[in-house]
Amino acid sequence: GCFVFKPSPKRRRVSPKTADYFREGNNDSEDSGLRFATCQSLWKQIKSETEQIQEELNKQLFDNLVSFLRRSHSEFQEKTTEWTCRMKSREIPTAALVLGVNVTDHDLTFKSLSEVLQNNITPYVALLQAKDCPGIKNLMQKLMGQLMNCYIDVDSSDEEDYIQVSQNRIRCSMASLISWYENITKKTDSETPSKKRTSSRHLRSPPVVVVFKDMESFTTKVLQDFIVISSQHIRELPLVLIFGIATSPMIIHSLLPHSVSSLLCIELFQSLSCKEHLSTIIDKLLLTTQFPFKLSEKVLQVLINIFLYHDFSVQNFIKGFQLCIVEHFYSQPLSVLCCQLVEAKKRVNSLSHSQCENVRRLPSFRRYVENQVSEKQIALLTADNFLKEVIQKLLEDLHVYHENYVPVLRCLHVFTSSLPKYPLGKQIRELHCACLENRVWETEEYESSLQLARMLNKSDLVTVLEKCVEIFVSSSGKEFDKAVEKLKEFLAEFQKLEAGACQERDESVSSQKELQKKTDLYHLQKTLLELKESRRSKKLTKFEMLRFEVVDFIDNLVRNYLTPSDHKTLHEIMYFNTASALREHLNAAPRIALHTALNNPYCYLKNQALKSDGGSISNKAPDICIAYKLHLECGRLINLVDWLEAFSTVVMAVEGPNADAAASDQVDDIIHARFIRAVSELELLGFVKPSKQKTDHVARLTWGGC
Amino acid sequence: MPNLEHPAYPAATLLHLESLVPCRESQVSMLLSIFGERQQFTFPSIFIYGHTSSGKTYVIQTLLNTLRLPHVFVNCVEYFTSRLLLEEILIQLQNCSSETKHASHVPCDTFNDFVRLFKQAVTCQDLQDQTLYIVLDRAEQLREMEANILPAFLRLQELTDRNVTVVLLSEIVWELFRPSTGCFEPFTLYFPDYSIGHLQKILSHNHPPEYSADFYAAYINILLGVFYMVCRDLKELQHLAVLNFSKYCEPVVRGEANERDTRKLWKNIEPHLKKAMQTVYLREISSSQWERLQRDGGELGQFKGLSAHAHVELPYYSKFLLIAAYLASYNPVRTDKRFFLKHHGKIKKTNFMKKHEKTSNHLLGPKPFPLDRLLAILYSIVDNRVAPTANIFSQITSLVTLQLLSMVGHNDQLDGPRYKCTVSLDFIRAVAR
Repeated sequence: GCFVFKPSPKRRRVSPKTADYFREGNNDSEDSGLRFATCQSLWKQIKSETEQIQEELNKQLFDNLVSFLRRSHSEFQEKTTEWTCRMKSREIPTAALVLGVNVTDHDLTFKSLSEVLQNNITPYVALLQAKDCPGIKNLMQKLMGQLMNCYIDVDSSDEEDYIQVSQNRIRCSMASLISWYENITKKTDSETPSKKRTSSRHLRSPPVVVVFKDMESFTTKVLQDFIVISSQHIRELPLVLIFGIATSPMIIHSLLPHSVSSLLCIELFQSLSCKEHLSTIIDKLLLTTQFPFKLSEKVLQVLINIFLYHDFSVQNFIKGFQLCIVEHFYSQPLSVLCCQLVEAKKRVNSLSHSQCENVRRLPSFRRYVENQVSEKQIALLTADNFLKEVIQKLLEDLHVYHENYVPVLRCLHVFTSSLPKYPLGKQIRELHCACLENRVWETEEYESSLQLARMLNKSDLVTVLEKCVEIFVSSSGKEFDKAVEKLKEFLAEFQKLEAGACQERDESVSSQKELQKKTDLYHLQKTLLELKESRRSKKLTKFEMLRFEVVDFIDNLVRNYLTPSDHKTLHEIMYFNTASALREHLNAAPRIALHTALNNPYCYLKNQALKSDGGSISNKAPDICIAYKLHLECGRLINLVDWLEAFSTVVMAVEGPNADAAASDQVDDIIHARFIRAVSELELLGFVKPSKQKTDHVARLTWGGC
Repeated sequence: MPNLEHPAYPAATLLHLESLVPCRESQVSMLLSIFGERQQFTFPSIFIYGHTSSGKTYVIQTLLNTLRLPHVFVNCVEYFTSRLLLEEILIQLQNCSSETKHASHVPCDTFNDFVRLFKQAVTCQDLQDQTLYIVLDRAEQLREMEANILPAFLRLQELTDRNVTVVLLSEIVWELFRPSTGCFEPFTLYFPDYSIGHLQKILSHNHPPEYSADFYAAYINILLGVFYMVCRDLKELQHLAVLNFSKYCEPVVRGEANERDTRKLWKNIEPHLKKAMQTVYLREISSSQWERLQRDGGELGQFKGLSAHAHVELPYYSKFLLIAAYLASYNPVRTDKRFFLKHHGKIKKTNFMKKHEKTSNHLLGPKPFPLDRLLAILYSIVDNRVAPTANIFSQITSLVTLQLLSMVGHNDQLDGPRYKCTVSLDFIRAVAR
């Protein structure tokens, strides 16, 4: 797999030196130690949370796999001699594990899978990767190495055995594997009771599990040979294969011919889709008040886009999230306050004067100050102590805002996700982004979804309301008692309506009956007109009235609680919003960077002499830049002589018009050498390559010029 | 039916042997006459070939075991290097006559060593006065080992000067073995495919103890009627027979029919077997799932076959990359301008298509294309601007590792790599949706 993950140097925060990075290069070294500590403890929490989520999500899959493995060699355990067992050809039990294309996540899954297997089924688990197994020999070597070592791990007491194994290692054939297995199972059978504890979890003759991590990359021959060999010994060695498949299980049939796949007994297991995994992660990390750190809309969008557009990798998403945390605590001196409310209030009291100045400089705070009366303005801008009090209050406000935001967002999501066509997005993350971006109630999509909500039928509406009540009850917000009451009232009224509905229906039925009575055409027309008239001006039914009330109520909630975060004072403390930095780190564009460097060297060199460029080629630029710019004007094949001429003209321009008369007929040796060096540098960078079509020409490897 | 006759062996043993190898009597009697008596020299090498599961391995093994002839049996797939193979032969030789297992490991790197060690082993195992048989199963693997291995095995008798015969078993004909430098020609023996009658006889041979032979033979008859068209592999048929037998017995067990009620039984089993042909035979669902299905009487729908999960979810840009790769693989370069440029020049329709291009490109298979062309097409099919970020390039590589694209030429070629799209039109249709 090659969904590249680029480690950022800042991420190494394990060694004590890394704490210094926070101070370094940051003039504002306020509380850097404290910030670092906060950052680390926060990340530790988040990490354990994500691991727990992953474990829960994989539980179902692993349970299925474990029961499959238990089942797989039951015949081997019982040693039955029944007719069917004797006659049936023994297939190798195989689990085809479809994991999805997010290859970067697989490692973690396999790691926990092998842990689960070792705890529950068998100590003998080998994980094989295609790149280690170019031939059957390497595969056997790797397999035996892993299996025999794992035995040593379980029972490290007898050293002599290990030495014997390492001597025998050269003969890596199935036969030695089988004799090893026989020895080991015999030994565990005759073990002292004290050791039974370990073996009791496992079966009596535990299967040997071989995991092929990346099925797609294995060569057909290696797989075929291995399967053919092991199928011959399946009666002596209870082998189970697990194929890790990234694309689709069809790959088994395309890799293995029928004669080989008929030796396998393949069962399919499918892991949770990565999109669902991401939703859970977002739900547990972002839509919660558990963690003080938040992402702004743009940053979240960048992370989600990388996930959806590029790699589908949840691990990369979490890494990106980690980068956000580090970047936030590193670049924002006030992030020291980004912790739990109680702790933050304490920290406010010990803020230094310069930190207070930092607060005053925050745009959101300035906006806040401008709205105050003049005496208070002065106090806020001069008295640190008063400022600290206000900060405490504002932080509390922010906390309350978060507490209210999440349940209301969930309620709104319950509403919008039951609408046709999902005007505000199907996933809660889309709704979350929309709410963070700007006032959601001013958008067209919101307007149209309210329109649609006013047309919901009763049963839908009731279920939605019931869900909302559940959300509010389970939320920690204190202000929702009233809302719950109100919602329950609505529900009760809907129930009442049900009784009333019967009557109404009777009425309408009677009018229908009347209609049927009138057979006269004139009368019919008249009554029809009357009916139409009455319908147009008909008062809204009770249900409709109620429905309007409900929608208005929800609308009110949204307007009250779902204000975008950047309208809140001091949001800069909690929210990370430098999306550009994140994009630079996670979605690098090497081609563009290279082009900028060569085309506009000032961008990186910061040399004033280079700044003047407006399309013309400056001779002060490095040689390679001049050569690069000249080659941009050429077609697919570049004549070296012409190129050299142009190069020397540009370089010589400094000498002025009087010098070029002497230089025109013969190029200076030094310039020639500089040119050759520049060209070979370009070749190294992959812009040109020597061409065989024409002598004295090089071929361009990039397009755009012609 | 030719009865096996040979003066060297007691008649009872031969009769027993005959009962073990149904439908292969003529081959066995041929082999017996070649082998001669225990101490007699025979052909230095014998080459036996025949289609998959035509009983080569089984017949040789039964023959050698029943007559208690000293032999070594090695599978060449399992011992994949010459060193492993030679060492395995020596180890088996050591355990050959003496039952006690003392596998003292002797390193044996070359054939020269092998000949020396072989002579030693034969002497100390007391095997000089009888023919030793070395059977090499799946002998086609020998061709992939060092060039001297196969010719040396063919004339092992001469090289060691001992009474030894090498038997090669293979699925392919001798002509494909013959090295260019020439070698000793072995005696070749062909095992023909089993006919339907043979299959019927062999399969009914092993009937379950609870039921009569006739009942089982009738079942085999129905089974062959369904499967003989698609599968003549004895092993596979045996497997299928066992898998589906319980279903066949069902009416009898429930008392709805007796064992002679062939028509009723046929009605019961025939659709079931047809279903099996589409699922379990193709390994769409596994045999254990199939058994569970039979036992619980569930619907087939609860286990979806492997090919039902053909859909692959891909990231947004990977999808477009794959589509672009498909277009680049199946469209000629000349049409790119026409398809992907907004203001393309007019192309005269008359001689637009050259003659050879009139055949469908799908019949010709994917053509390789350079990376630049792939990216150019990508930029033109994606609506908004695509930045050529590292992520895009790494996605191409991951598509290669997922075997959706394949790299043409050397892997280490950095300038102008070329790719091919390896997925089918159906797959692309599903992706493009």
